[in-house]
Amino acid sequence: MAARAAGDVILEVRDISLAFGGVKALSGISFDVREHEIRSIIGPNGAGKSSMLNCINGVYQPQQGAISLRGRTFQHMKPRQVAEMGVARTFQNLALFKGMSVLDNIMTGRNLKMRTNLFQQAIRWGAAEREETSNRIVVEKLIDFLEIQAYRKVPVGRLPYGLQKRVDLGRALAMEPQVLLLDEPMAGMNLEEKQDMSRFILDVNDEFGTTIVLIEHDMAVVMDICDRVVVLDYGRKIGDGTPDEVRANPDVISAYLGTAH
Amino acid sequence: MQTTFPRLLLEHAAARPNAPALREKEFGIWQTLSWRDLAELVEALAGGLAEAGLKRGEHVVVVGENRPRLYAAMLAAQALGAVPVPLYQDAGAREFVFPLVNAEVAFAIVEDQEQVDKLLEIRSECAKLARIWFDDGRGLRHYSEPGLASLDALIAAGRAWAGAHPGFFAAQVAQASPHDVAAMFFTSGTTGTAKGVVHSHDTLIDRARAGARFDKLTARDEVLAYLPPAWIGQNIFSYAQWLACGYVVNCPESADTVMLDLREIGPTYYFAPPRIFEGLLTTVTIRMEDAAPPKRWLFDRCMALARRVGPARMDGKPLALLDRIGYAIGNALVYAPLRNTLGFSRVRVAYTAGEAIGPDLFVFYRSIGINLKQLYGSTETAVFVCLQPDHEVRNDTVGVPIEGVEIRVSDAGEVLVRSPGLLKAYYKDPAATAEVLGADGWYRTGDAGFLDASGHLRIIDRAKDVGKIVGGANDGALFAPKYIENKLKFFPYVKEAVAFGDGRDKVCAFVNIDFEAVGNWAEKRNLPYGSYTDLAQKPAVLELVRECVEKVNADLAGDERLAGCQISRFLVLHKELDADDGELTRTRKVRRRFIAERYGVLVEALYSGKSEQHVETEVRFEDGRTGKVAATLRIVDVKTYPPVGRAA
Repeated sequence: MAARAAGDVILEVRDISLAFGGVKALSGISFDVREHEIRSIIGPNGAGKSSMLNCINGVYQPQQGAISLRGRTFQHMKPRQVAEMGVARTFQNLALFKGMSVLDNIMTGRNLKMRTNLFQQAIRWGAAEREETSNRIVVEKLIDFLEIQAYRKVPVGRLPYGLQKRVDLGRALAMEPQVLLLDEPMAGMNLEEKQDMSRFILDVNDEFGTTIVLIEHDMAVVMDICDRVVVLDYGRKIGDGTPDEVRANPDVISAYLGTAH
Repeated sequence: MQTTFPRLLLEHAAARPNAPALREKEFGIWQTLSWRDLAELVEALAGGLAEAGLKRGEHVVVVGENRPRLYAAMLAAQALGAVPVPLYQDAGAREFVFPLVNAEVAFAIVEDQEQVDKLLEIRSECAKLARIWFDDGRGLRHYSEPGLASLDALIAAGRAWAGAHPGFFAAQVAQASPHDVAAMFFTSGTTGTAKGVVHSHDTLIDRARAGARFDKLTARDEVLAYLPPAWIGQNIFSYAQWLACGYVVNCPESADTVMLDLREIGPTYYFAPPRIFEGLLTTVTIRMEDAAPPKRWLFDRCMALARRVGPARMDGKPLALLDRIGYAIGNALVYAPLRNTLGFSRVRVAYTAGEAIGPDLFVFYRSIGINLKQLYGSTETAVFVCLQPDHEVRNDTVGVPIEGVEIRVSDAGEVLVRSPGLLKAYYKDPAATAEVLGADGWYRTGDAGFLDASGHLRIIDRAKDVGKIVGGANDGALFAPKYIENKLKFFPYVKEAVAFGDGRDKVCAFVNIDFEAVGNWAEKRNLPYGSYTDLAQKPAVLELVRECVEKVNADLAGDERLAGCQISRFLVLHKELDADDGELTRTRKVRRRFIAERYGVLVEALYSGKSEQHVETEVRFEDGRTGKVAATLRIVDVKTYPPVGRAA
């Protein structure tokens, strides 16, 4: 992926530690994400990958350390505030409204961009109508981008899993984020669905210039599409670098493959 | 009366500038392009192409789905006296080499990254190919190939150029003669390589108008363009007749949304090959099988009534009062909602052609009130040769010769056609042209058939495929493979069939099961299966197919001329016949000689009396990679029947 020029640091994670009671989920993690790159966080089960994402996202408040986005440091921020700063995410177990259509689900991603109040929206008049139209244009472009036109009006619960993942991605993209956090975007997918999803992630990065941080288990995918990789194991960072560097790192090999003691 | 396509465009743009010409669903909304906007777009494209150096008589390749800007590009090429050559968008890159080299193509206008990639892959073999323009730039941002640019850039350049050369476009359009070449279509050909069929403005427009007069088409009709533009049928229905009549052509949002778009548009004039009608009926059948019992009961009752009185109603015959009431109730409860679900609510005229259509299928659509008819024609005849008049529709004929057409049957039984719509020539192939087009103007269709007592044409088979059984109990009997195959394909469980028997002592066949229909059948019986190959060899499935074959045999026994070609043995193939493997043409006709060669070991097994045969086949995936499928196929013997006539 040499074609992508890495920009300035957009997201910086400094010395983050997170504990649940006596259990240390993360200890002293630092890494940075440069503008326009695809950064991945890998590690065995329980390594603290999702916790890391939840810290960036504002779901968890780390006991120690700071996260800064474009130079603005935050320690105690709510998920909504983080979202307003331009960070969107998808979820490992999908966070979609199963009974609502694909269109409406992606429309919910525009919530932050809406300024009219509930009453105006209820009668859908004047400003509310204009606002819905302009937001609908953005959503329709995403539907076109993700090639899900045929399912626009289908309730999400009736779609196969791979397509639901795509809708989840669409919902996150509807926020027009600067940084997109993807929590295991390929989990549970077959080979073809993985190829499609990889294609979409690369296209998002390319077409919208979105910076992407993703957690993934499938090493082939990580090595193929990511610029740089952070490796976590038991809450500690054990590797950081390009896919080739990480692959050659002995600590990483032992964490993944085990070593003879 | 004689004109050209660009002139027709300008006439529409002058006479009714704001009327819709094309619609395309994009971003969830049907976007309309008026005749005036279209004419402007064509002028800009023509300016761009002229600036790029396109000369009269040169060929421009156009590849993609039905997209308004690709249609405009074809018109722009024609406006400059150049010849658009539409190619099949689902063909592999290798299949583009011959047309590009053969027609010395320098310019290509394509839909998207997929097509660009294919052209770049073969660029080294097509030395003349200099410029490629794409409609949809997605994924192409980082391409820096020389000569590759977007249609937007071409249009912008063309606008500037047209501004600097006022009157150029009008002069170019005026300069064209109706006898100039308008388009070239590469026929897939069930044998040998593709041939470019050359048509002039004259031949295409004459046939388009004759067809339009036959069915009284007007500017108020609506058409959905969803079949490959490289196929002449699509070109006639949504290009030649579109410009001749001035109706609206609607382009679907994507290939996946065709069924939804069909419902939204509700076309009044519809065309589909039989497999599309088959597919729709299969969907309806499967959904009805899954419906609740009361609904199923209602559906079955209403359909029984429709089958009894519907066809007569469509033929304009008087019905008994009770039947009329019953049909009206059925219409309110079942037929009208069903037509709506299928997107056929407003269909006034629907055609099917290209392959024989099963009687059950044909009757089904007509009985629910859809005016489905058959036509006969080919790329070489600009489609319209025979059409079925509204109230004289039958399953086993293809209609009467329409205005301008003369039909004769040669001594050998081959159908000959003389019409103003015949091809000018096969491109750069005078030998092939002379073979089909005599100096006296008669075109040899290659079909065996005859005109029946009421003047309708009946086609039996491809003339070259009709053979003889040699030796055995039926020595000398007529062998018409396609006739047999079609009978088999009329069963929903059979997708494709290939019959062998010419020069042999009995008839044997390959069968392809329909994965969806047989899969559903198996699920209903709790019959587990792992894959297509696995399902195809289940004893219960072989038994199912055997029943179908025996029914065909019983049917053939009643036909005095064809009683001798009942099927003695068959096997079910382990993979679907596929155009990517060269087994079918792009229009999905079986290439029987190729199949006989490729599966020679299976054919020998059929005739040598073995009960099973192991086979390994290379398959080509959509992305061009290859793999292998291996299986051991069981061969099944089938009961044949004594001819009904002689048995007594």
